[in-house]
Amino acid sequence: MGGMARVSAALWRRTWLRASLTLTPPLAWFLVIYIASLALMLVTAFWTVNPFTNVLEHSWTFTNFDQLFTSTYLTIIARTLEMAALVTVTDAVIALPFAYYMARVASPRGRQLLFTAVLLPLWASYLARVYAWIVILQKGGTLSWAFQQVGLGPVNIGYTNTAMWLVFSYIWLPFMIVPVYGALERIPDSLLEASGDLGARAWRTARSVIVPLALPGIIAGSIFTFSLTLGDFITPLLVGGTNSQFIGNVIYDNIGTANNLPFAATLSLVPIVIMGVYLLGARASGAFEAL
Amino acid sequence: MKPRRRHGAAGALIAAAAVAMAVVSIIPSAASAGRVAAGLSVPTANLPVPSSIGKGEGKLNLIAWAGYAQPEWVKPFEKQTGCQVNAKYPNTSSDMVSLMANGGGGQYDLVSASGDADLRLIYAGDVRPVNMALIPSWKQLYPFLQSPSFNTIAGKHYGVSFEFGPNVLLYNTKTFKTAPTSWSVIYSNKYKGQVTVPDNPIQIADAALYLSKSQPKLGITDPYELTQPQFNAAVALLKSEHPLIKKYWDAASQEISLFQSGTTVVGAAWPYQETTLAADKAPVASTIPKEGATGWADTWMLAAKAPDPNCAYKWMAYMSTPQIQAEDADSYGETPANTQACAIMDKIAKGSCAGYHANEPQSYFNTIKFWKTPLATCDNGKNDCVPFQSWVTAWTQIIG
Repeated sequence: MGGMARVSAALWRRTWLRASLTLTPPLAWFLVIYIASLALMLVTAFWTVNPFTNVLEHSWTFTNFDQLFTSTYLTIIARTLEMAALVTVTDAVIALPFAYYMARVASPRGRQLLFTAVLLPLWASYLARVYAWIVILQKGGTLSWAFQQVGLGPVNIGYTNTAMWLVFSYIWLPFMIVPVYGALERIPDSLLEASGDLGARAWRTARSVIVPLALPGIIAGSIFTFSLTLGDFITPLLVGGTNSQFIGNVIYDNIGTANNLPFAATLSLVPIVIMGVYLLGARASGAFEAL
Repeated sequence: MKPRRRHGAAGALIAAAAVAMAVVSIIPSAASAGRVAAGLSVPTANLPVPSSIGKGEGKLNLIAWAGYAQPEWVKPFEKQTGCQVNAKYPNTSSDMVSLMANGGGGQYDLVSASGDADLRLIYAGDVRPVNMALIPSWKQLYPFLQSPSFNTIAGKHYGVSFEFGPNVLLYNTKTFKTAPTSWSVIYSNKYKGQVTVPDNPIQIADAALYLSKSQPKLGITDPYELTQPQFNAAVALLKSEHPLIKKYWDAASQEISLFQSGTTVVGAAWPYQETTLAADKAPVASTIPKEGATGWADTWMLAAKAPDPNCAYKWMAYMSTPQIQAEDADSYGETPANTQACAIMDKIAKGSCAGYHANEPQSYFNTIKFWKTPLATCDNGKNDCVPFQSWVTAWTQIIG
């Protein structure tokens, strides 16, 4: 026990030793598993695959980046970004009034029910929900049938980018509602009352008090909706039409089909860079406090 | 390679994996086998082959496409031979090749490799010769699959051909009163927005096959060995087809629902889609148009360091029998290599023999150009062919 006590005393005296001993295992894990794999990917992006032997060639080249900045891939990157932004805005627009009702209007019981309703879809498989949407949107599907019942004629939006937008907005909606709810719940009643006392009507209060205070929540939610859409490749595969490839689909094809790891690595850097910029912006806006 | 029997959530993942597999299961032709052989030698060519099958080792480790080791035929095999079967299911041909590295590493016994992997495995010395005298049903295989150049080099067999299938032209019988005779229907404005083809770079070969007949002056002789001008012509054709396409399908189930709902009326498909749709009474039929079709074929290959050779031989013999060939054909949705499997297929599922073209004459099989990896080193000796990587890049451009 004497030895134990000495070690303990030594650790107590030297805080740096204590800290480094505690931090080393998680830090090592982080460095080896996370940073090292990212670094390896970055390095791979500068290699090529020999077209004759299909063997990885470890010589430095910018070929992959030249290829990346051609119109084919820029179009795909732009499409992915555009969809991610569109889905984020859609979800924010739906989530704000919904979360407001949950946080400030509904009875405790009603709030519980709404929460369950929001989170329930997350219990079902992603794929099951996407497949359900295929049935809804396809030719002669539920949506088309419903439109015909009210005399609006058949709609056929299955396998289009519109279908992708609907499905993405639906699938990621809970990830927007929850943080927005968190932000709205924290607004003190006194602020709303003060706004009313100063003569602001409901719309003015919403615009000048509620939305600014909900903004960190919206940005936090947008990190989810934006990054999840940005990285998805299954919904484009299943629901998309002819011009609906995402960055993820091209990465998938280059790994699984072409065995062209270097170009896949190059493409993978695109969402990493985009999300890096996005997260820096989100941090500047104080969104992480709402998480 | 195309396992595609699963439905629902897990099925979709498998289907997605199957897509990846389908893409990479590509069969080398006779010509390429001969060419590679000219400059290369097979490291395992002189390994001894057994003259009889001994007592089973009690276990058998397979690398197989998902769906190739179903309990329906694995259980009876285990009971018969005492060989406990363990199967590993890789997603792609590349995965198969890496798992088989170093002769299977002394861990794996057999691999159900597709043609593109075959030659890579043979010339890497990962598989060893097989004595066909120990595979009684081998003589019942279609002659063109007994010693195909993708698994047989200089008279030495490096495996037993398993099953195969064509990529057919699927059409709605309400739209087409008579079967279309040419692939031109999928390139024709007439069916704009009602066409579907696989989301697969190898589809460029389908376009090349069509061009080889419709534009003979391009001089396309092998749809997998395209010079840059030939390749450009095929890509241009596919780009012009793009506005006609409703959906580039990724999983068999996707194409099935496209035809079921009437969203598409014509497209490229596997026989599996047709039989599944027909079973649901959907108005569809399939045909191999006059230009011919592309297709796939698999082989059970013996690992160079197989730890359980006796069980492996028993498995190859068992899997070649008409009964098991028929069971796999019906369960998996492809054509058996054994000529005697037809009647049994019909017993399992009525009409499946004709459905999977197991009763066709040799002339039918001659029309199938089996998939193989497009290599830069093509047969003309000039090494000016377009490699598969460029096919993938071009495909990304085509589908947008």
